[in-house]
Formats: sequence, C-alpha cells, structure tokens
Amino acid sequence: MEDIAAFIKKIENEFEELPKETLKPETSFRQIDDWSSMHALIIIALIDSEYDVLLSGEDLRTAETIQDLFNIVKTKRS
Amino acid sequence: MALFSIENIQIKGISCAVPKDIYSNMDYERISIKEREMLIRTTGVEKRHVAKFGTTTADLCKVATNKLLNELKWQRSDIEILIFVSQSRDYLIPATACILQNRLELSKNCMAFDVNMGCSGYVYGLSIIAGIMAATKLKKGLLLVGDVSTLNTSYKDKSTFPLFGDAGTCTAIQFVDGAQMNFNLQTDGSGYEAIIIRDGGCRNYASKESFDSKKYSDGIERNRVELELDGIQVFNFSLKEVHLNILTLLEFRKNKVEEIDYFIFHQANKLINESIRKKLKIPIEKFPYSMAEYGNTSSASIPLTILAALSENLQNQNQKLLLSGFGVGLSWGSAIIDFKNVVCLPIIEMD
Repeated sequence: MEDIAAFIKKIENEFEELPKETLKPETSFRQIDDWSSMHALIIIALIDSEYDVLLSGEDLRTAETIQDLFNIVKTKRS
Repeated sequence: MALFSIENIQIKGISCAVPKDIYSNMDYERISIKEREMLIRTTGVEKRHVAKFGTTTADLCKVATNKLLNELKWQRSDIEILIFVSQSRDYLIPATACILQNRLELSKNCMAFDVNMGCSGYVYGLSIIAGIMAATKLKKGLLLVGDVSTLNTSYKDKSTFPLFGDAGTCTAIQFVDGAQMNFNLQTDGSGYEAIIIRDGGCRNYASKESFDSKKYSDGIERNRVELELDGIQVFNFSLKEVHLNILTLLEFRKNKVEEIDYFIFHQANKLINESIRKKLKIPIEKFPYSMAEYGNTSSASIPLTILAALSENLQNQNQKLLLSGFGVGLSWGSAIIDFKNVVCLPIIEMD
C-alpha cells in the first residue's frame, strides 16, 4: 500500500476549500475548519473507492488523527 | 433467495404530484453559509417540495391518480387492486388504501391494502402488485407510492431536515401477455435503528416525553416522534450491499451493465449514489438524478425521477430500465423492467 503522503494528498483533493499541505499525519481531522459529518462521509467514500476498505462509524469515532485513519485502512487491508 | 421473474405484467403509466411550496437549502439558517454550500454539494439537494401541514401522502397520490386515470382513459370500475406503499399514512388505523379506494371512487370489488416500506418501497411494491396480478390474472391495478417525510423531520436536526422532499405517485399496472419483470429483494433487520422514528408505535407508545426535544450534538436536536438517521451507517450499508444486489440481478437476467438503457436509483443523496454508480461503472448519462429539485422523496423517488429526468427520452420507446431502492429497514431491492409505450405525465404541483 502507498505511503501516508499519498493518502493525505487524496484527502486534500477531496476538500476543495482546504489550503494544500495543511494536513499532517498528526493533524486531528476533526479540527479541520467547519468539520461536519459531511466530511466523514466524503472520507468514507474516498477510502472505499481508493483502498476498497469500508470504515465503520466506530472506526471514525476511535480515530483522532490522519495517521490513525491511515493505520486503520492499513490494518483492514491486510 | 428472493430473486425471481414475474411474467405478463407491465407498467402502463406513471404520474406524480408534489406540493407547490419549495424550501431552498441555501435558506437553512441553522448552519453557516459555508456548511450549507458543502451540504448542497455533497448531498446534491438544492431544494425540496414541502407539504403544508395537514396535506398527506394520500392527498398527493389522489391528485396523481385522477390525472393518470383520465389520461389512460381507464374506467374506475375496472381497477381490481390498489396498493398504497408509504411510511406516512393518514391514520395508524385504518389502512390508507381503504380510504383511497373510496376517495378515488373505485369499485367495492377492488382489493386494497397498505405496505409499510420507505426507500425500497417502490421496488417492493412493484413486485407485490405484479406478483399478485400475475398469479390471479387481475387485469388492472394501481400502485400508489409516496411519502410526506418533511412532517417528521426536526428543523433543528441538520442530519435530516435538509434532505427530504414530499411526493405522491401513481403507477398503473396492467396484465399484458409476454411482458417480464425481474426482481432481487433483500433485508437486514439488524440495522433497523439506522433510520427510525422511535416513539408512536406499539414498542414505544407515544407519551408526553416523546415530544421533549433533546440535543444530541451540535446542530442535531429532535424529539422521539421525529426521524432519526445515522448517516454513516446508512452510507456504509449502501456502499456494501447495493452494487452486489444489482450485479446478482443482472447475472440472473443474463444482462450486462451496458445492456441497460437507464438505471433509476432511489435518490438517497448524491455522494451515496455517485459512489455506487462508480462501483458499477455506469455512465453518468444513463443515471438520471432528480434530487437537486426534489430532494430525497423516500419511496416516491424512483417514479419521480423517471418523470423528472427521463419522460422525453422514454416516450413511445422500448427501453430496459433497472430500478434500485435501498434504505430504511434496512431493506433493499432492484428490478429490471421493460419500459414500453408507458404514459409518463408531467409532474403536477399541488396547492
């Protein structure tokens, strides 16, 4: 599986209003400006289409940072 | 496996009535303008037709039915079966279908009953009426499908309020030698809480507390007779099940995606529908939308989309349509139908 930099890039592409290169592995994704459940759905759709992994509501609740999300995707793929 | 064919039944006409009043989601002041824009972009719902307090699904269906019967020149006395599919019935008791039999001046020799289904309701309803008519050789039937969902959404709940619109539809069904429909119907009741109105039924009888509004999180406040929707659970279910259901049906009918002229999906929201479309590699021009203008109209969304987006392309033609409904229950199903010389009326706006 590709590295976290590529993962971050994909997320940034989905959120048009987000300035590029602001997301870091340690970014807590709920701190993204105006974070809403819409963002959560967009991330689920992205991860499903790009990595063929379906994140559950529980996965999203337990994850804090972008790195956490990436780790969950990695674990679920293996 | 509820994977089957029904012979000799065909759709002859479709009509739909929506309330005249329109709510634009850009006016939804409970959330910031930026969030409104994101909501519209993600869900695809710009506006919705909203029923006045007191207007029911049966009222909308009645208007749609009268117009269609006149257009088809069908005698009311010839209708032998009426099925009303809705989750917004007139009364807890009796069945709305019985009331409609009388209001539509149908014969007393007409069987009539309700089916309590939502997002999957059109596909389920079609399988039920077609199944009965094929088995009994009843000649003419009416499938009335729709919902007034806006009555049960809380203005203070951003997860439901901006999504739904109201509509009532009528589909005229006839016994015709040689026609065929195929269905694949599924259920997973373990997800029954994903879309739910908790109080007012027998499990939680309505009490004074049912009407107490409670705040669950920022922008999500409702009482227990209002609709609750777990967006992530519904989204996950849709991404997991719907495409597989469709692939199984296509295989059963020995059809490929390319052989279907149009895919008419329940208008859940744009993100869900686009995700499923991409999984199945359906070209966008075969995948009509109506949610920008009408929102998610629950069980009415499939016939409404046919009328809103396809009427002209379907007039006097022979097309193969794949219908797919999925959601509350959890319940989902798809159908492949031959769409031949079907009378498709313009959508009626009702005062």
